[in-house]
Amino acid sequence: MEGSAGRVVYVNGPVVKARNMKNFKMREMVTVGEKKLIGEVISIDGELGTIQVYEETTGIKIDDEVVSTQKPLSVTLGPGIVGNIFDGIQRPLNIIFDKSGNFIKEGIGLATIDKKKKWYVELKVKVGDELKEGDIFGTVDETPLIKHYLMVPPNIKGKVEEVRQNGEYDLETILVKLDSGAELKMYQEWPVRIPRPVKERLPIQKPLITGQRVIDTFFPIAKGGTAAIPGGFGTGKTMTQHQLAKWSDADIIVYIGCGERGNEMTEVLEDFPKLIDPTSNLPLMNRTILIANTSNMPVAAREASIYTGITIAEYFRDMGYNVAVMADSTSRWAEALREISGRLEEMPAEEGYPAYLPSRLAEFYERAGYVKTLNNKEASVTIIGAVSPAGGDFSEPVTQNTKRFVSAFLGLDRKLAYSRHYPAINWLSSYSGYITQLEDWYKQNVAEDMIFLRGEMIKVLQEESKLLETVKLVGEDVLPDQQRLILEIARLLKVGYLQQNAYHKDDTFVPLVKQYMMLKVIDNFYKLAKEAVKVGVPISVIKTSELFYRIIKMKYEIPNDYGDKFDLLMEDINEYFSNLIREYEGD
Amino acid sequence: MHKEYLSLKKIEGPLIVIEGVEGVSYNEMVEIKVQGETKHGKVVQLNNDLAIVQVFENTSGMSVNNISVKFTGKPLEIKLSREILGRMFNGIGQPIDGGGPVFSGIKFDVNGSPINPVARRYPRNYIQTGISAIDTLTTLIRGQKLPIFSGNGLPHNQIAAQIVKQAKVAEGEGEFAVVFAAMGIKHDDAHYFIKTFQEAGVLDKVVMFMNLADDPVVERIVTPRCALTAAEYLAFYENMHILVIMTDITSYCEALREISAAREEVPGRKGYPGYLYSDLASLYERAGMVEGSKGSITQIPILTMPNDDITHPIPDLTGYITEGQIVLSREIYQRNIYPPINILPSLSRLMKDGIGEGYTREDHPDVANQLFSSYSRVQEVKALSQVIGEDELSEIDKKYLEFGEAFEYRFLRQEFNENRDIDRSLEIAWEILSILPKNELDRINPKFLDAYYRG
Repeated sequence: MEGSAGRVVYVNGPVVKARNMKNFKMREMVTVGEKKLIGEVISIDGELGTIQVYEETTGIKIDDEVVSTQKPLSVTLGPGIVGNIFDGIQRPLNIIFDKSGNFIKEGIGLATIDKKKKWYVELKVKVGDELKEGDIFGTVDETPLIKHYLMVPPNIKGKVEEVRQNGEYDLETILVKLDSGAELKMYQEWPVRIPRPVKERLPIQKPLITGQRVIDTFFPIAKGGTAAIPGGFGTGKTMTQHQLAKWSDADIIVYIGCGERGNEMTEVLEDFPKLIDPTSNLPLMNRTILIANTSNMPVAAREASIYTGITIAEYFRDMGYNVAVMADSTSRWAEALREISGRLEEMPAEEGYPAYLPSRLAEFYERAGYVKTLNNKEASVTIIGAVSPAGGDFSEPVTQNTKRFVSAFLGLDRKLAYSRHYPAINWLSSYSGYITQLEDWYKQNVAEDMIFLRGEMIKVLQEESKLLETVKLVGEDVLPDQQRLILEIARLLKVGYLQQNAYHKDDTFVPLVKQYMMLKVIDNFYKLAKEAVKVGVPISVIKTSELFYRIIKMKYEIPNDYGDKFDLLMEDINEYFSNLIREYEGD
Repeated sequence: MHKEYLSLKKIEGPLIVIEGVEGVSYNEMVEIKVQGETKHGKVVQLNNDLAIVQVFENTSGMSVNNISVKFTGKPLEIKLSREILGRMFNGIGQPIDGGGPVFSGIKFDVNGSPINPVARRYPRNYIQTGISAIDTLTTLIRGQKLPIFSGNGLPHNQIAAQIVKQAKVAEGEGEFAVVFAAMGIKHDDAHYFIKTFQEAGVLDKVVMFMNLADDPVVERIVTPRCALTAAEYLAFYENMHILVIMTDITSYCEALREISAAREEVPGRKGYPGYLYSDLASLYERAGMVEGSKGSITQIPILTMPNDDITHPIPDLTGYITEGQIVLSREIYQRNIYPPINILPSLSRLMKDGIGEGYTREDHPDVANQLFSSYSRVQEVKALSQVIGEDELSEIDKKYLEFGEAFEYRFLRQEFNENRDIDRSLEIAWEILSILPKNELDRINPKFLDAYYRG
């Protein structure tokens, strides 16, 4: 075997080159040096191979061995993934903790989900059944929320020759034998850089309900869709991602902390087991998978973490689940590409990023989709990527290229964040390309006029931004009352509707029906106020009325389970204005 | 026995290239003897039998022949014990206070290792700094990394010194110590800090790592790593609460750029290397608390924004890694306000879990929120009044101007020796908020309005 190993000839940060690499394959996983650091072959030139190493390369020497593992960088897919936290190459952080304590040392070797752990398996096939790829042959209750469907891996088929009884087995137990010679276990492996197959891609149909008003009402994200959340530092990207991870109505959340802060991952680890899912009343950790490759962990593993996350998401999608992937942040991933590219001395394109940045981004976002799985279920992977533009400037390459491949764009705004308007999603620069596709769904499931009201409100906000230009020059007082009313309604919308308090027990998650009722209230107030202004009611009366403040506060005062509270508020509005109009008409 | 190499292939700026090396490992330390003087370096690239070494000290006076190079086989390590408290070291961890070497069996690699996120404890205990603007609006939490974004000539050193002085007083539990890393700062700035530590009576609780403006540039790369390694030892092995002050990060980044250019690397933004983010993260992420230890590392890095530009790569990348920032404003300072903190771009990401009921006071989160929101409105009104004149403003806008004035001169401004506790700070906050009509305070729970509003 000695002759088949490569030999190191060059080391520079995470990039290692070795000779005698003729028999190695592109994208193959290898181990490097005495400590057996994990790496991946990223280029082969004659007998010289280039390897990116997923661990700190301190201590590697010239002539150190490079040994092949005979397989591409893969993840192990089976029970034990949900509720777990992994590093960028799917090594459970708990196992790393057991092996090397509080600090992550290099040379821990490969590790993955616990294959010795026993799970109770219900087998769903009998001898003689014909099985093909994607078919479900058994189930495991992985968490109280998630039933793990054991599937025949892609490219395998055959007739069942032997099958075990229901019972407790570990991951290595052969559960089913096929006449093709294939043996089915509880887990399968899949190379991270290749999308898992599906039967067909279906058009977008349903929204991903997030409970965040500015998203659900104004810029909806679709199940199987893609969204980007760009914003400079301090604008609340991570906060928004956390809110979506907590409250969106996906079955499974894959949260990829890619090159972000260690304390943020710890926060998720501490918070999620305590947070209760509003639909199932069980802790959110039961449906959450965390991938944590913090900013100070090796940069090559940061590059891989995105693929590890999306592959896990696709695996659960194949079972028929709606999976949402939160990638925080894709800019750090792009920077990892840049860093490695720089070490490889590749010709840089814009701002030092490699020329293949757009194609990599496209490959990643295209792994989202609403699909029919191999076993004929409808399921989806939704990708929500945070983008951290340098200097908060959206014209930089990562933001611009991301914009080309996502349909919903939720631009965070520094000015809003400075005045503590959260979520700081700018209603003028954001957009969602899913409105037309989701219109029918909203009409059938929320209200006939929901999308219409949305349009009206966006109009108010647009008009306000134009009026504010004038106000900046001449002050508000000189505007006619009709226009000042628009400013006040915009204020109602901004403070009473768009701002949402993540720390308030009701306001942190608002069901669609309540969102609709709130819109309806504001719309009704607006219509009546317009009439009142027409008959000469001064705007100062309306904007200092107690009712105005009740509407601003309705998000707090009216609980999610609102009963007749909105009807009462609506009646009060009607009564207030009919009195007011009568009073002024009488004059 | 390590082999010695007696000639170099090339000398270029801070880099030397040695040919024909065997068994050399990446990142290991190198000892270089030139004319009886010992210099140090680190292997930064291996290519067949060539080793590129980055020399910490000056390479002037070196020649390709008259030299002896020895590879030590180890990364840079420093010896650590409790005795380092009160000591002063140079940028690569050698004592320079005449107190002799540190005797200890414990040696740590200065590069450190990343903390496993599952081993971290989430920071929740706030540190009272006695500065109203910080305690109320950008609360510092034990285990946090909260940089000061400053500019040349602004009083960032005074603020850091005031925090050291006053934070100490509030510590009730555990031992408190300061690790101070100077990277390319001026001699008088260094003296200022030493003097302040002395006056505050904490000098025997301070470990100093000094790389001053005229010290070798390359050494600067290692200085914060030595300091943070010392901090990790004191926090996680001696269970102390450590405040790390690193100044000036901008000088550190320039050193990084200088070396990157010498190595002919592909540059990223403004000539800084593409790995600037990862490199800064390897410093900042060493703040925090871990399981099984009572200690903590809180970092206050200070950086001077080139041309006061917050979008410059150094403050920009820093802001993406650290848990907030305290931004100083030249404009506020020129109006004779100390500390000149511009609260609007300032932020503490960890304060949400360390304030309010059970931590500071129940009304604290709402008050902070309201101050931010109202003060941002003040800016709009100011802009308007410049166009149409103050007299033309509406009544409510005039109130906002009055509030803005009070905020800056009564709340923000305080003396260098004035130590306000959190109750006092919140009390002033309510005094100035009460200038505004009650119904303008839309961020505050009505319950607290009833209890604290003084209209």
